[in-house]
Amino acid sequence: MKLQEFTSSAHNFEECMKCTVCAAYCPVVQVNPRYPGPKQAGPDGERLRLKDPIFFDEALKYCLNCKRCEVACPSGVNVADIIQEARMKYGKSKPRLRDRILASTDVMGPLAVPFAPVVNFATGLGVTKAVLHATMGIDRHRTFPKYSSRTFEAWFRRNALKEQRKYDNRVAFFHGCYVNYNYPALGKDFVKIMNAIGYGVELLDKEQCCGVAMISNGMYDGAVKHARNNVSALSKAVDKGLKILTTSSTCTFTMRDEYPSLLKVDNSAVRDSILLATRFIYEQVESGAVKLAFKDGYKARIAYHTPCHMEKLGWGVFSKAILARIPGVEFTALDSNCCGISGTYGFKKENYGVSQAIGKPLFDHIASVNPDFVACDCETCKWQIEMSTGYKVLNPISVLAEALDLEKTARINGF
Amino acid sequence: MARSYKENEFDVIIIGGGITGAGTARDCALRGMKVLLIERHDIATGATGRNHGLLHSGARYAVTDRESATECIEENMILRKIASHCVDETDGFFITLPEDDLAYQAKFVESCRAAGIRADIIDPAEAIRLEPSVNHSLIGAVRVPDGSVDPFRLCASNMLDAKLHGAKVLVYHEVTEIIKEQDTVRGVKAVNTLTGEKLEFYAPVTVNACGIWGHAIAQMAGVNIGMFPAKGALLIFAHRVNNIVINRCRKPANADILVPGDTVCVIGTTSTHIPFDQCDDMRVTPEEVDLLMSEGAKLAPSLASTRILRAYAGVRPLVSADNDPSGRNISRGIVCLDHESRDGLKGFITITGGKLMTYRLMAEQATDAVCRKLGNPSACTTAITPLPGSELGGLKELTRKLWSEPTTVQKAVAGRAGSRAGSIPLAESHQQSLVCECEEVSVSEVTNAVEHLDVHNLVDLRRRTRVGMGTCQGELCACRAAGLLAKAHGCTSKAREDLKSFMTERWKGMLPIAWGDTLRESEYTQWVYNHVLGLNNSI
Repeated sequence: MKLQEFTSSAHNFEECMKCTVCAAYCPVVQVNPRYPGPKQAGPDGERLRLKDPIFFDEALKYCLNCKRCEVACPSGVNVADIIQEARMKYGKSKPRLRDRILASTDVMGPLAVPFAPVVNFATGLGVTKAVLHATMGIDRHRTFPKYSSRTFEAWFRRNALKEQRKYDNRVAFFHGCYVNYNYPALGKDFVKIMNAIGYGVELLDKEQCCGVAMISNGMYDGAVKHARNNVSALSKAVDKGLKILTTSSTCTFTMRDEYPSLLKVDNSAVRDSILLATRFIYEQVESGAVKLAFKDGYKARIAYHTPCHMEKLGWGVFSKAILARIPGVEFTALDSNCCGISGTYGFKKENYGVSQAIGKPLFDHIASVNPDFVACDCETCKWQIEMSTGYKVLNPISVLAEALDLEKTARINGF
Repeated sequence: MARSYKENEFDVIIIGGGITGAGTARDCALRGMKVLLIERHDIATGATGRNHGLLHSGARYAVTDRESATECIEENMILRKIASHCVDETDGFFITLPEDDLAYQAKFVESCRAAGIRADIIDPAEAIRLEPSVNHSLIGAVRVPDGSVDPFRLCASNMLDAKLHGAKVLVYHEVTEIIKEQDTVRGVKAVNTLTGEKLEFYAPVTVNACGIWGHAIAQMAGVNIGMFPAKGALLIFAHRVNNIVINRCRKPANADILVPGDTVCVIGTTSTHIPFDQCDDMRVTPEEVDLLMSEGAKLAPSLASTRILRAYAGVRPLVSADNDPSGRNISRGIVCLDHESRDGLKGFITITGGKLMTYRLMAEQATDAVCRKLGNPSACTTAITPLPGSELGGLKELTRKLWSEPTTVQKAVAGRAGSRAGSIPLAESHQQSLVCECEEVSVSEVTNAVEHLDVHNLVDLRRRTRVGMGTCQGELCACRAAGLLAKAHGCTSKAREDLKSFMTERWKGMLPIAWGDTLRESEYTQWVYNHVLGLNNSI
């Protein structure tokens, strides 16, 4: 008799053994009884939806798309993908104005940057927060990320571009919206480190927002457009033989995994070239190609938080190793917990309570460790942790830039 | 009929709790008779529950059997109205593949139209657009009003309506003897198979509606029906691959129908003559699985890599034309035998042959025959009277009428119970707690089935509610359901035994296709039952 050689189904939903371990790892299930849970919303619900779309449950909107269910699943079921795709296919609720604004990071960025001081002042005001809370549904507790008065791209063109031509080895940098509009300092730190280890940095030809906020706010057509644009921009860099480095775990994850699985945008030509900077640096150091020299007397107590999408990438080890190996660092890896913000989710007033309840175990752990600062590769986790705990959060690249003796590093690497 | 009855006296006794018996019981009850239906197992345990669940348009028979085709399309249209909660109006395709003769299509369409079946030739590209799972190499497609029908639900609804109209239904009662006085059947002796209690029932007319087992019942009455058991094997895939029935546009052959039914889809069938002694324990052979797989993949190529849940088989009750003892001339049409005119035996009618699709017509013919014997002038109303559950229309309208914001559990129960879902208490959250997670069966739905739908054990419960029919095949739901049954029946040890036989029955269906994820899942189930629940020694 002939056995089936293999069986497959969309996002492996049929490979689910109903072990329900996903529900044990789902941060939403623990705090929101209205959410049916990943197994029910994902593989179980899929069979019903295939029977009749009437079985689509609007409660799927409570999914954070944190992918912890997928990390937990022993059967390789892409639980969160099933849920997101169901929302894309069957969801009837259209994104509100608020959702569109939150999702359009690279529309709001260019608008805000020229008026950064005014915008930052205004969004920091209690009265603005109250108005946004009441009229837009953006929770009043939230602190808006500050806008920079000059974009990273503008700084790069004026101050760094020429310098990069000195280097034979190059990498491309996908800076993302956060570095560009809110926190160019992180991009500057990245360029400094890359230069010190002998790499010139190029920017992509017209990068756009990776689209993650659009995906989570139901603006799928826009997300697909961005994905297509970015894959083509990334391809140009890959064709030149460049790796594309990033400093945001979420942008990285979105471009590598969400493009093909959710947006059905083929990224196979570029996927393997997209790397977080910490992974790239780790591998360079491990292979002996690059050496790092640190400042004497650097001291810091660092607690590292692994963002959910970093868990899904499985790359937390690289950031952790880099930080833990800095001389003078007292390193704590925080228990793997979702911080609850999930991009724009926690900004919405209807989600605020759930968002903070999800993050509580993490906040408590940070408080008990009492570090000098928290390190983390995701900007939205940073906002959430800073708002909820009062501890400063730094990207590992910024920590590294601070701890390295850049001149010495450049020297021992022959530059 | 102003008669006074003793407790064990009826106007008509119907033997057989399949769809034919249930339909006949309903028809007789609607026509005012005092009815007893008696079934040795549960409802729908024979061929009723072991077929495709195809709501035939009749197109399959249009070329070869005009009469059956016409019956099918008429009943098809009737069932859409009276059994809307059992029917899924999917439509069907008859596809021509490159190896088939496209010339057959013209003949097929002409025959369909002559039988009154709408048959529209559509462009292969349009067929692919409407049903992406269909074999993309098709060269022709005809759209017909096929659909799917849930045989368990249909049978239970007929049974329920019969009961609502005064019929007595005895499941787990086996007929041991036909009581005869000279040339007249007076009633039956039966034994309660659960308690061993012996009973006698009397009625002026007894109807033999036992499908293939009607052969033995007829012999018990001293008459002979030339029946030929034909086994048909089918495979259940774990989810709906298609949403439109896919048939081959050629003369009916093996494994050429793929039917989406509820959360799954079913490919079948084979056709093998088997001896009578195999009818009670059919096993699907590796050869049958191979045939179903290879032919099925021609209809929808993705079946080759789609997880299979189970294999099962049923027996068609084929009857040789009456004066043909050789059995060469096998009919699939309805056979209604009045044994008084045929064999000189009064008070005994056999209704057999036919198909799930034509059960209502079979019941009407049998009931007409009963009425002639009893002098009952009532006309049949089953073609226009909705079954319980079908009064409020399809799922969408139904859920809208019953609840303002239906939950998934409510939608699921409405999909199964139809408008009766409104009377199942679901307001409290514990009532909506899930017993079966794959099929969204709630505590309340289970309790309702136990209380109102003659559920004696877990397998019965499965036939009423789909508990255990999902991907996990009882892994999560069976012990929960057993707990509820133990509570309802007040007996834990019986529930444990029941749990054991339920899981054994689930495994029987998995065994012929035990590979890949289904095997993995059954291993996991075993691990849960043995080591987590600790039931390895105690059950």
